[in-house]
Amino acid sequence: MRHIISILMENEAGALSRVAGLFSARGYNIESLTVAPTEDPSLSRMTLVTRGTDEIIEQITKQLNKLVDVVKLMDMTEGPHIEREMMLAKVRAEGDMREELKRVSDIFRGRIIDVTDKTYTIELTGAGDKLDAFLQALDQGLIIEVVRSGVSGIARGERALRL
Amino acid sequence: MELTGAEIFVRSLQDEGVDIIFGYPGGAVLHIYDALYRQDKIQHILTRHEQGATHAADGYARSTGRPGVVIVTSGPGATNAVTGIATAYMDSIPLVVFTGQVPTHLIGNDAFQEADNIGITRPCVKHNFLVKDVRDLAETIKKAFYVATTGRPGPVVVDIPKDITAEKTEFHYPDKVSMRSYNPVHVGHAGQIKRAIKLMLDARRPMIYTGGGVILGNAAGSLTSLAQLLDYPVTNTLMGLGAYPATDRQFVGMLGMHGTYEANMAMHHCDVLIAIGARFDDRVTGNIEKFCPNAKIVHVDIDPSSISKNVKVDVPIVGCVDNVLKAMVKLIKGSKQRPDEAAIKEWWRQIEDWRSKDCLKYDHDSELIKPQHVLESLYKVTNGDAFVTSDVGQHQMWAAQFYKFDKPRRWINSGGLGTMGFGLPAAMGVQLAYPDATVVCVTGEGSIQMCIQELSTCKQYALPLKIVNLNNGCLGMVRQWQEFFYQGRYAMSYMESLPDFVKLAESYGHVGMQIDKPGDVESALKEAMAIKDQLVFMDFITDPAENVYPMIPAGGGQNEMILI
Ligand SMILES: Cc1cc2nc3c(=O)[nH]c(=O)nc-3n(C[C@H](O)[C@H](O)[C@H](O)COP(=O)(O)OP(=O)(O)OC[C@H]3O[C@@H](n4cnc5c(N)ncnc54)[C@H](O)[C@@H]3O)c2cc1C
Ligand SMILES: Cc1ncc(C[n+]2csc(CCOP(=O)(O)OP(=O)(O)O)c2C)c(N)n1
Ligand SMILES: [Mg+2]
Repeated sequence: MRHIISILMENEAGALSRVAGLFSARGYNIESLTVAPTEDPSLSRMTLVTRGTDEIIEQITKQLNKLVDVVKLMDMTEGPHIEREMMLAKVRAEGDMREELKRVSDIFRGRIIDVTDKTYTIELTGAGDKLDAFLQALDQGLIIEVVRSGVSGIARGERALRL
Repeated sequence: MELTGAEIFVRSLQDEGVDIIFGYPGGAVLHIYDALYRQDKIQHILTRHEQGATHAADGYARSTGRPGVVIVTSGPGATNAVTGIATAYMDSIPLVVFTGQVPTHLIGNDAFQEADNIGITRPCVKHNFLVKDVRDLAETIKKAFYVATTGRPGPVVVDIPKDITAEKTEFHYPDKVSMRSYNPVHVGHAGQIKRAIKLMLDARRPMIYTGGGVILGNAAGSLTSLAQLLDYPVTNTLMGLGAYPATDRQFVGMLGMHGTYEANMAMHHCDVLIAIGARFDDRVTGNIEKFCPNAKIVHVDIDPSSISKNVKVDVPIVGCVDNVLKAMVKLIKGSKQRPDEAAIKEWWRQIEDWRSKDCLKYDHDSELIKPQHVLESLYKVTNGDAFVTSDVGQHQMWAAQFYKFDKPRRWINSGGLGTMGFGLPAAMGVQLAYPDATVVCVTGEGSIQMCIQELSTCKQYALPLKIVNLNNGCLGMVRQWQEFFYQGRYAMSYMESLPDFVKLAESYGHVGMQIDKPGDVESALKEAMAIKDQLVFMDFITDPAENVYPMIPAGGGQNEMILI
């Protein structure tokens, strides 16, 4: 199963490599990993997406908790949550394709944020599968470049990851 | 008054109560060595290799329960220490290792003797710190000791750039530190303990399986109370030997790959397994698919990640062994329920039956010295009361099987990493902690050569170790596997050009002895033990063809042991 794990850690140099090192040393896979400081600058928040059986996920959360720099973590997937990822896609947009691309972008609630006479750059936010679907809806030959932010997540309702 | 970083280092260790530190100097730590020179509270032991320093500190820690402290220089000093750090990590031993680092402004510059100590040690430490400001030094040292010694213990590295040791600031060593991200658990969950007791008291074929955690958590006394209150059989892992008195009737020996037949059979057939401070290592479980097929499992461990890692358990209890065991004893004493006497009696009858196979028997009439005979004699001659360190190989297994440890912290060996070269330097650490005790290092001609240079350290500090070299002329453990599983193709498992160990010992200023007749074994051991003020190197020429039995072959279950 796919899990989104959010982690609050001490904002220390090397904290990120402790997490990355743990995953490679123990052979767990990381689909995506994002990290940034929080409103409290002494803490950073990391979101990682991983896959594994229940046993593996249990070990992953235990091993993460064991890292001395990890203050708290939450497996978002254990409850209702919202998942978002941002994508920038640069596509070739010429002739009648310009209209068509604009329409597809609108359907996915994308925004065209840069325009040249040959290209569009489209910004799109959503859950990972929505971004995948958008890319699939495009003619593959038109895609010049895609950059994705990696997943962020937050629990719905009162549930929150904070100190 | 302001002190330099080097002075703060020394004062912090003094305030922490450190009396001995193992190390090796070099450019990046010269300020620190100068500060050590100008004081006399902390003794510094100069080993001959940084690996030796870490193993010696490790031996000190295992035998005393106090953290071992090491200082090495940057670059090669730190990389040489890595094997010792990894060894301590795998067996959860508290060490604080200080590594020198190039000055802050040169970090990342490929400077002279620079290595990324934090990066290199990260996967084999409990935690590590880089000190970036002299004002953080004292508190970082306090944190290092706190993290190394609490919760599941382990090695902590503190990397100190040279400029930090020259800068000055006010010194204050904190009495306590707290870290919001690190809060080890102490007491077990009361509800879980109750559930465990219910299972334990309902058991008809119970088994107590304990490991290094009982020794690390100083819980041998409570374990013994619990086991004797219930009259249940006890087995220990290689790391747990001494946690329960080996000469007691309820002790069925070590379990696992080279454990006893009775311990492994009892594991396989038990209906309730009580695992305490043990981590279900693959050397213990054998084939996991076949492990304890009919048992409900209770597992007490301080580290949640040890629980249900290899084997799914029914009643997990996260907590400090000593607290949990004491709580169990109290609850059982207060409970009206007693174990089913008839069932337990029948279970013991079955275990005695397995025990009567005498799985550790060996040939007593051989012309060649049998290694088992040396260890049995060693046990006798030292009245079972020595500290015994070992290296890694067949000799280690025989020592574990034949030396009956009645007390914790007497058996000192590298189980998790299995580091050849551990035995001699570890013995130095033990002897320094207990100057009047008999400290024996059981080793092989392969292992001893990995840290042989430490014989020089033993001379410098007059450490009267007794080295028992079981010299079978081969890398016996490797040879055994090649005999069993590679049709006798002995690739690189023979040692050619062995030194004359007697002369070698003598050249370092020690006493050397060679023993090659079975009849001389006991008298030689007595003679050596009588020499109180000198190191004696006993080179026993043993039967090269001897193998360690019994054995669970790879892929086998605990009920599938090869017996002799
Ligand atoms: C050549 C060779 C052969 C070997 N053969 C065998 C063999 O036949 N049998 C065998 O048993 N081993 C054998 N080993 C050793 C094996 O590799 C493991 O090191 C060993 O089995 C682990 O022992 P343990 O389970 O007691 O764990 P340890 O490594 O001692 O771990 C201790 C556990 O206790 C926990 N703990 C620590 N402190 C506390 C506390 N205060 N409270 C609660 N829990 C705590 C820790 O979290 C950890 O889970 C062999 C090793 C070598 C090198
Ligand atoms: C540093 C290191 N290298 C290699 C090994 C693999 N190994 C395990 S036991 C062994 C043989 C040890 O030989 P010896 O010390 O003579 O002991 P014996 O088995 O003969 O008693 C080897 C090479 C190891 N455990 N450690
Ligand atoms: Mg040998």
